[in-house]
Formats: sequence, structure tokens, C-alpha cells
Amino acid sequence: MIRWTLLSVGGLLLGGIVHLATMLILPRTATQDAYARLAPLSEVNRMAPIPDPTPQTSVVPFMDPAFVSAVCRYDLSGGPIRFTAPLSVAYTSVTFYTRNGVAYYAINDRAAGRRTIELSLMTTEQREQLPVDEDVTAADRLIVESPTPIGLIVLRALVPEPGMAAAVRNTVAAAQCRP
Amino acid sequence: MRVFLGLLFALALAAVVGLGATWLALTNGTAFGAVTIGAWTAFPRTGTPQVDPYARAAIARNGELPIGSGDGVAFFASADDAGRPLDGRCDVSLSGATPPARYWTLTLYDPAGGLVANALGRHGFTSQEIVRRADGRFDIVAAPRARPGNWLPTGGVERYVLVLRLYDTPVGIATRASRETPMPEVKLEQCP
Repeated sequence: MIRWTLLSVGGLLLGGIVHLATMLILPRTATQDAYARLAPLSEVNRMAPIPDPTPQTSVVPFMDPAFVSAVCRYDLSGGPIRFTAPLSVAYTSVTFYTRNGVAYYAINDRAAGRRTIELSLMTTEQREQLPVDEDVTAADRLIVESPTPIGLIVLRALVPEPGMAAAVRNTVAAAQCRP
Repeated sequence: MRVFLGLLFALALAAVVGLGATWLALTNGTAFGAVTIGAWTAFPRTGTPQVDPYARAAIARNGELPIGSGDGVAFFASADDAGRPLDGRCDVSLSGATPPARYWTLTLYDPAGGLVANALGRHGFTSQEIVRRADGRFDIVAAPRARPGNWLPTGGVERYVLVLRLYDTPVGIATRASRETPMPEVKLEQCP
């Protein structure tokens, strides 16, 4: 009896370890995460529009249909990239995701100020290698540090009412992402 | 032989318990740091680097792009204030006000996160499109057939999820109670 109790307790403890291990490994083994879904639609370090969700298809689930969005699938192994997006009529936001879909930074038009959102994306090592004086002159442009060398930048612009869709779409199309 | 059987039992138990718990956590959408106000629940921490491993695994599996915390916050409702599940064949009324935010959008999804087909091609409202009462509050009716005023078509689906997204808002991780964050009341009115 004691023997089976001990085996059960051991089995349960091991089960807990199995559970935690699978939860931690899962993000790395997921084949249909947002990055994988957007990869066929976009080139590396280039802006690409994300098709609007329709009842038939939606590239990623729970997309806000009131927004026009575009993605830059980045790879920083060749050096930092620059991202610029003109502000649209109503509300514009830029969200940075790691390869596994963790939103590590987000900025909206009010926080960005001026008429465009302009920023540099680099890894922590690349930032450390920046010459000091350049860092000073670059103070007016925003520097974002990516925790992973690859990931996604998603630009979203609100269409507050249907009549503004074309204007918003043009603004989003003018966004740039380049090495 | 008995030792072998015992070990086999313990290992089988570990596999069933461990994988079963993982499966349950993913299908039920376990996440920590929930903010619940009436029928609405948000997980503000899923939009930050401090996202917990459960939410992280669920995001990777669903392929979602969660709304960043510097952008806004998303509140989900799959049942009304009394806990009755939202049924697309019934009339559901949403009334009241929203917490302070520069813009908000309300969207109706099927439980998997896709839009629901309807004749009008309407899937939600933005804060600018909504028709308000004189006091600034609003009434929305989610129903399968056309209604006057703010009609949100349900397409007659059995189950759906409402998502209220607040953009540029002080509501977030620090939000605790419902007193300073008024959310629309959700009420299942009548079913055919």
C-alpha cells in the first residue's frame, strides 16, 4: 500500500514537471504562430500590408476590422533597421513583437508626437556598438531595442468611419522599413 | 517484475497528468492578471514582456498578435452580466458608457477569432460611428435581424465573443475595480 502511494506521489510530481516543461517548450514548437502566418505574405525587412480580415479569412485571429494594418518582418543580423510611418488621420500605433509573439514595445501617435513615427530598431549589442557622439545626435530619434534578432513590427491605423478608409490606406502604404 | 510495473504506473500517471494539465490550460485559456469588470475580462499583461508562460503558450498556439500595452487594452465578453452565454439567435443589449480612451472599437467574433458573415457586412462599431443618447451614453443591440439604432448583426451564430478595445487609455495593469472604469452592461434580452 505504502509502495503504491509513494509511486502515485512520484507520478504526480513528475506530471507537474512534464506540465511545466511542455508549457515552456510550446511557444518554440508552435508551427502556426503569428510569425509563421505572416511569413508567406511578407519579405524580410520590407513593409507588407496585412489583408483586412473577412468572415472567410483572417491571417491572425482576433484582428480588429476597424484598423488597416501592415507588417515588417525584421531580421537584425545584418544591422539595425529604420522604421518610418506617417501619422494617419485618427489613430496610429506601432507594436513590436518577438519571434514568439510577445509584444515587447508599443507606441502610439500621441507618444511619438510630430507628424511621423520615426525610430531605429537594433539589438542590445548593436546599441552598445553605436559611437557615443552618434548616440547624442540620434537623441531626437527613438531607439528601440529588440530582445531577439528576428520579430515583427506591426503598424495599425484606425479607420474611424468607413469614408476615411482610402485615406488611411494610403498613409499606411507610405510606411517604410529598411536596413 | 513488481518494480517494473510500479515504475510503469508512475510514468504513465506523470504523462497523463502533465499532458492533460497542459491541454486543459491551453483549451481553457488560462492566464494570470485578469481584470474583470461586469461581463468583461481583460488580460493587460499579455501585451507586455512580463506575459506569463501560460498566456505565451496560448498566443503561440492561436497565432494571435496581442494588443501592446502602450497601444491599448482588449476586454472580452462571452457571457452577459448574469453569466448566460451570448447566443447569436437572441437579442443582446449593450448599454452604458466606456472607460476613458481616445478611441474604442467593439467587434463581434466567432469563438475562434474570425468575423461572422452577415448581409450588412458590419462586424462592429468604432467610437465615432456610434449613435449616442443626449447624455453621451449609448445603446447597442446585437441581434440576428435588423434593428433601428446601433444594430450589431450576429449572423445567427450559436456562440460569439464581443471584444471591446480601448486605445490610448489609462486602463491597464493597475486597474483594479469597476468604480472608475464604467463598462457597458451586457444583457441577454429575449430568445426566439
